[in-house]
Amino acid sequence: MKKSRLLGFLLGSICLLFGQGSFAMDCDEIVLGAAISLTGKYATNGVHAQNGYEFAIQKISEHGGIKIGDKCYNFRVIYYDDESKGDRGATLAERLINQDGVQYMLGPYSSGLTKAIAPVTEKYQIPMVEAEGASRSLFTQGYRYLFAVLSTSEQYLASAITLAAEKAEETGKSPSDVRVAIAVENDPFSLDIRAGVLEDAAKYNMQVVVDEKLPRDLSDMSAILTKVKLVKPDVLVVSGHSKGAATAVRQIEEQNVKVPMIAITHCEAADVVGNFGDAANDILCSTQWAETLSYSDSIFGTAAEYEQEFKAAYPEYAEKTVPYQTAQASAAVYVFKDAFERAGSLDKEAVRDAIAETDLSTFYGQIQFSEAGNNIAKPMVLRQIQDGKYNVVAPSEFASHQLNWPRG
Amino acid sequence: MDQILFNLSLLGEYPIVNLKIVIDGIMIGALFALAAYGLALVWGVMNVKNLAQGDFVIAGGYVSWWLAKYGVHPLLGVPAAFIVMWGVGWIAYKLVISRVVEKDLFTSLLATFGIAIMMAQILNLLFGSDTQSIKLDYDTLYFFDGFIDVPIAKLLGVLLAATLAACVIIFMKSSRMGQAIRATAQDARAARVLGIDTEKVYAFTFSLNSAICGAAGAIVVMVWVIQPFYGITHSIRAFVIVTAAGLGNLPGVIAAGLGIGALEQYGSHIFGIGYQQAIAVMLLLAVLLFRLIQQRRVRKSLQ
Repeated sequence: MKKSRLLGFLLGSICLLFGQGSFAMDCDEIVLGAAISLTGKYATNGVHAQNGYEFAIQKISEHGGIKIGDKCYNFRVIYYDDESKGDRGATLAERLINQDGVQYMLGPYSSGLTKAIAPVTEKYQIPMVEAEGASRSLFTQGYRYLFAVLSTSEQYLASAITLAAEKAEETGKSPSDVRVAIAVENDPFSLDIRAGVLEDAAKYNMQVVVDEKLPRDLSDMSAILTKVKLVKPDVLVVSGHSKGAATAVRQIEEQNVKVPMIAITHCEAADVVGNFGDAANDILCSTQWAETLSYSDSIFGTAAEYEQEFKAAYPEYAEKTVPYQTAQASAAVYVFKDAFERAGSLDKEAVRDAIAETDLSTFYGQIQFSEAGNNIAKPMVLRQIQDGKYNVVAPSEFASHQLNWPRG
Repeated sequence: MDQILFNLSLLGEYPIVNLKIVIDGIMIGALFALAAYGLALVWGVMNVKNLAQGDFVIAGGYVSWWLAKYGVHPLLGVPAAFIVMWGVGWIAYKLVISRVVEKDLFTSLLATFGIAIMMAQILNLLFGSDTQSIKLDYDTLYFFDGFIDVPIAKLLGVLLAATLAACVIIFMKSSRMGQAIRATAQDARAARVLGIDTEKVYAFTFSLNSAICGAAGAIVVMVWVIQPFYGITHSIRAFVIVTAAGLGNLPGVIAAGLGIGALEQYGSHIFGIGYQQAIAVMLLLAVLLFRLIQQRRVRKSLQ
């Protein structure tokens, strides 16, 4: 210990002797805290998010770090594993703030964990930019220090309803003739999705003919699909995390269910193309982000460049598409960088106010926060599985491909 | 209420759907019955209520899934999972279960609950938390204008399950080991007096249960999906089925499994799929109440 301090002192003096040039590259540290699911049921996505954070930190440091005044900083994150459990997440957030003295937080994975941690960051007035909690209920609590870069969950499949209305008009029918079937899991996230779909369906005066809630633990939905076959809706919306996606795709094919438009969530997480091949064709999948979108920024480049460079940095992703969970995690770090620079100080209140005023174009999309802290500038994207590839078909201004309709 | 009436009217309008519901239910029930069968065995012979039952099922599914990744045909995964899970069951018995067999109910529940947590987490670390499944390239058979669909993969799964169940029943009835197991179940002490190595019987029974679960899991991965934390679904159903059928009534377990499968499907069609599991549990309550009343009558006549 003593020796190394002496050595450091010597080296320091030598550097001082030879001028200050060598110091210019060494930036100070800004420490962020994150409790994230590295084990437990959210482990896969938790790791995706962590990789996104780390990749962004590395890119920002390559671009000269965060400049506040004439000093430069780099991010460093203290991670704790919340084991995918809410109570653990809240405890770890306390520990990060009280013991590690963290002043700024990055979010955990999932709405549930974010919900558990947000009261803690709120209590200590610690700004938290989160990238993985989409539940609408996070933004109705009046939280002042919580910001989310992603679109909230009620938007996930609502665009499918708009798309169905557009198609109805094209074929000379009225959107109010469209009949909607909904099957969502009975959890906060999926119920948000259902609320958004119901809201938009009501706007077009559509008729909801099936409205079922899938139990959390069951991997069989043949009863619903039988009903769908009998009532023949025009749109079928399914949300049940990756299990719901896998079950839906498999049983829709098995039961030979013909619905002109089928929209689901978590296609990538369930790897429906890899697992079920052709059965997944022409299914619409909602996503926060796709690498084919035309967004870009000065740090990460375009969405496509982000994907390439991320794959180069993390070879384990080489075989698959980079999940949006990773992209949005990177975007959250970028929001912090931007806010620190605009705030011009390390004071957490100043940083919080700067985050609230964010108006940032990123490779992930536009980021601008509402009063409640959710991102209101970025739309959800719908991709259709066409010959095993995910092609963006909605919203139309970013669409790279035509929609295949009707399905089947 | 309107929804329920509408659902009932659909059943009336398309009577053929009734048949479909029963077929679907039986195909689902067959798989749950298999795990329940193993549970009844362990419960009856060793008086251990194995809470890790579902996790053995999921582990078997992962064995088959992992082999399929390396090009092994999924149908061969069923015997492979049987063998591998036999080994896993044996290890679990030697490490943990052998120490709790003669202990009270609470100890064995805690121990098997611990095994369940361990297994789920180990599977998660080994294979990740993504849902997995195997798609068999078999067609689906359609009857009655496509109203009834029987995927051949599912049919094969049910046939495999039936074969396995039949083999185990024959084994229990006619082999020496089967006799020893039944003798131990009746009275362990008497069995020991008569020269049966009950320790060996216990180890065998637990391994057999684990192997049956493993084979069930290998079938589940072909017709549904698996994920490290889905074991509890199978555990709960196994308990419901065994409790409803009663111990020591192995054919009853199979019948109860099929019946619960079919009734669940009916219930979920009429009341909404959200109530599917509630229906299973209500059914259990009804059976238990019925039993209680029945027993009370018997006791009264004895007094």
